[in-house]
Amino acid sequence: MGVAIRKTKAELGLADLYQGARRYLPGGEEITAVRAAAFDRFNVVGLPHRRVEAWRYTDLRTQMKEAKRLASLPDDAAKAKAREARDLFAGAGFRKLVIVDGAFVPELSDLAGLEPGLTIQPMADALAADKPLLSQRLGAIVPDDDPALALNTALAANGVVILVAPGTALSRPIHVAFVTTNWVATSMFTRSLVNIGAGASATIVESHQGPDGSEYQVNTAMQLIVGDEARIDHIKVVSEGSSALHIGSLLANIGARATFNQLGFVAGGSLVRNQLFVRLAGEGTVADIRGGALLSGTQHADTTLSIEHAAENGQSRETFKAVVGDTARAVFQGKITVAPGAQKTDAKMMSRALLLSDEAEADSKPELEIFADDVQCGHGTTTGAIDDELLFYLMARGIPPAEAKALLIQAFIGEIIEGAANEAVRDALTGAMLGWLGRRE
Amino acid sequence: MTALLEIKGLHAEIAGGRKIIQGLDLTVNKGEIHAIMGPNGAGKSTLSYVLAGKPGYEITAGEVYLNGEDLLAMSADERAAKGVFLAFQYPLEIPGVATLTFLRAAFNAQRKARGEEELSSPDLIKRVREIAKTLNIDADMLKRPLNVGFSGGEKKRNETLQMALLQPSLCVLDETDSGLDIDALKVVANGVNALRSAERGMIVITHYQRLLDYIVPDIVHVFAAGRIVRTGGADLARELEATGYAQYQSEAA
Ligand SMILES: Nc1ncnc2c1ncn2[C@@H]1O[C@H](COP(=O)(O)OP(=O)(O)O)[C@@H](O)[C@H]1O
Ligand SMILES: [Mg+2]
Repeated sequence: MGVAIRKTKAELGLADLYQGARRYLPGGEEITAVRAAAFDRFNVVGLPHRRVEAWRYTDLRTQMKEAKRLASLPDDAAKAKAREARDLFAGAGFRKLVIVDGAFVPELSDLAGLEPGLTIQPMADALAADKPLLSQRLGAIVPDDDPALALNTALAANGVVILVAPGTALSRPIHVAFVTTNWVATSMFTRSLVNIGAGASATIVESHQGPDGSEYQVNTAMQLIVGDEARIDHIKVVSEGSSALHIGSLLANIGARATFNQLGFVAGGSLVRNQLFVRLAGEGTVADIRGGALLSGTQHADTTLSIEHAAENGQSRETFKAVVGDTARAVFQGKITVAPGAQKTDAKMMSRALLLSDEAEADSKPELEIFADDVQCGHGTTTGAIDDELLFYLMARGIPPAEAKALLIQAFIGEIIEGAANEAVRDALTGAMLGWLGRRE
Repeated sequence: MTALLEIKGLHAEIAGGRKIIQGLDLTVNKGEIHAIMGPNGAGKSTLSYVLAGKPGYEITAGEVYLNGEDLLAMSADERAAKGVFLAFQYPLEIPGVATLTFLRAAFNAQRKARGEEELSSPDLIKRVREIAKTLNIDADMLKRPLNVGFSGGEKKRNETLQMALLQPSLCVLDETDSGLDIDALKVVANGVNALRSAERGMIVITHYQRLLDYIVPDIVHVFAAGRIVRTGGADLARELEATGYAQYQSEAA
């Protein structure tokens, strides 16, 4: 398999993108070499398909018909559109950094009065400077054999680098807004790096949005390096346009006695693949990973999580919920690995799907790989429709069926939203949920 | 004068064709409290569900009118807006929906359906708090998810709270006494008695006479095998306590 398979149009297109761009993609010798190696890895296996275990429910080779041309640098019109784009977090007082059509735009970003210990830099600049930190990080940290991630490494042109110095408690959350403005479909490869020093704390929100009806393609990755005794709250909201392809990768390496709160929320896009590779590298770390998806129409959203407990005394909770209407499909794959020696690991994973129609589909594949003997690990999965008894109870009090269902959906997904420690984040996600419910009526 | 509730020759079955209500006639006028007593499995809860509009029952014959309007043609939420209230034998738990959120949604949905103005949140909260106080429900309970982790008594008090807030014209109380100790029973009965009015009718369903010491009915019906087999005054309840239902069960069979 693999090598001999005839290349698809999209694969040939991606190769063209890389060949055309590699000479001017940012990065010195080392980074250029990392990119070349990554592209070779992709080229050998091609786009993932359902015989690739990690992608078995999302056949990208079939679904991705072609590779769109790379987005050009945003002009004034694009920047103006980005400025006017809806902002879920408007008024929350977050420090907003804006990435337009894949490019970091300083003049739209709030770079004033950076707190001591906080450094923010466009990824393009960091790559061009060929910093050893980046060349080491770009390819490494977590297994980089995923073909979509390899493509990102090969083609990432920009993004943001956020460095929080050890001991810095950043009270003001940072919102990285990825906005696609061009209605003509293009593709965007972005890579970001967030480094939280030992004992530091920060809240980072990522949002992704773009125009409905445009078949644009986003391949975005974020690397999160969290030091010992640090705390990171990371929230990612995917509200891409109705025809968009979004492939997102989170690569997280968390130190000892740290706190890692991660929340993913999908309420947009046509085909969404959100993959998380998390390594709890140090002992005694507590991780809370949640995901919510609100899907309708023909949407397909795949969340694939791989979390490794590499050291002892770690605790993790993985909670994923999807509301699936019409002919949409939700996929959850979750794998917990407990390394030899990671004794006293306590990990619990749960995924639930609420199906709103007979044609809606939810697939769930939980996996445990345990190489230590003194651990507590478990997982559970449920799939079901709205409970008729509950619906009747609400209706018997005068609540019309549509409103009663909306209440039950809110209650279902509320558990995910409550996971956000920041109130403005909870409000924004509640707003996104209400917007989704409103559009369904 | 039109009756508040008029049930004529009602037959209802559950999925699979099992007949549960078999020829029921009942008229409830405004201001009256009717008790329906009967053995377990007689079909009392089924009757309450059929009145409230729960899906899953097939009405094979008969008619039901509320103030002269065809009740069976309405959905459950429409019936509620018209004034039907069922206090559930087993109130449901809804995780993630705060009790107050639920009360607000129900109250305003009914007002909207009747073309009345919705009540602002502060006014509604004030009203809920006042009722809650009379039922010994503390404010903290109102913030908790609906009925989740509530004791049996708390659930029944919460049903009574909803009834007092929504001010229905027809109250159907299904085994409101089940799972209550005597103190809780008194609190709930006081709440129900406070709602007695010349404009409102009630159907109090119970297996035991005990509840009827506190909510004294005008009329008592014995319900067995899907229909009313005997009707009398409040003293019939005491008689039943002594004799039991055995004679009626054999009569009906
Ligand atoms: N949904 C249902 N499915 C199957 N059997 C039911 C259902 N609802 C009620 N029954 C049966 O119908 C009969 C009447 O039940 P119910 O109305 O609950 O009686 P009661 O409230 O008088 O105890 C019982 O035999 C019960 O088992
Ligand atoms: Mg019953």
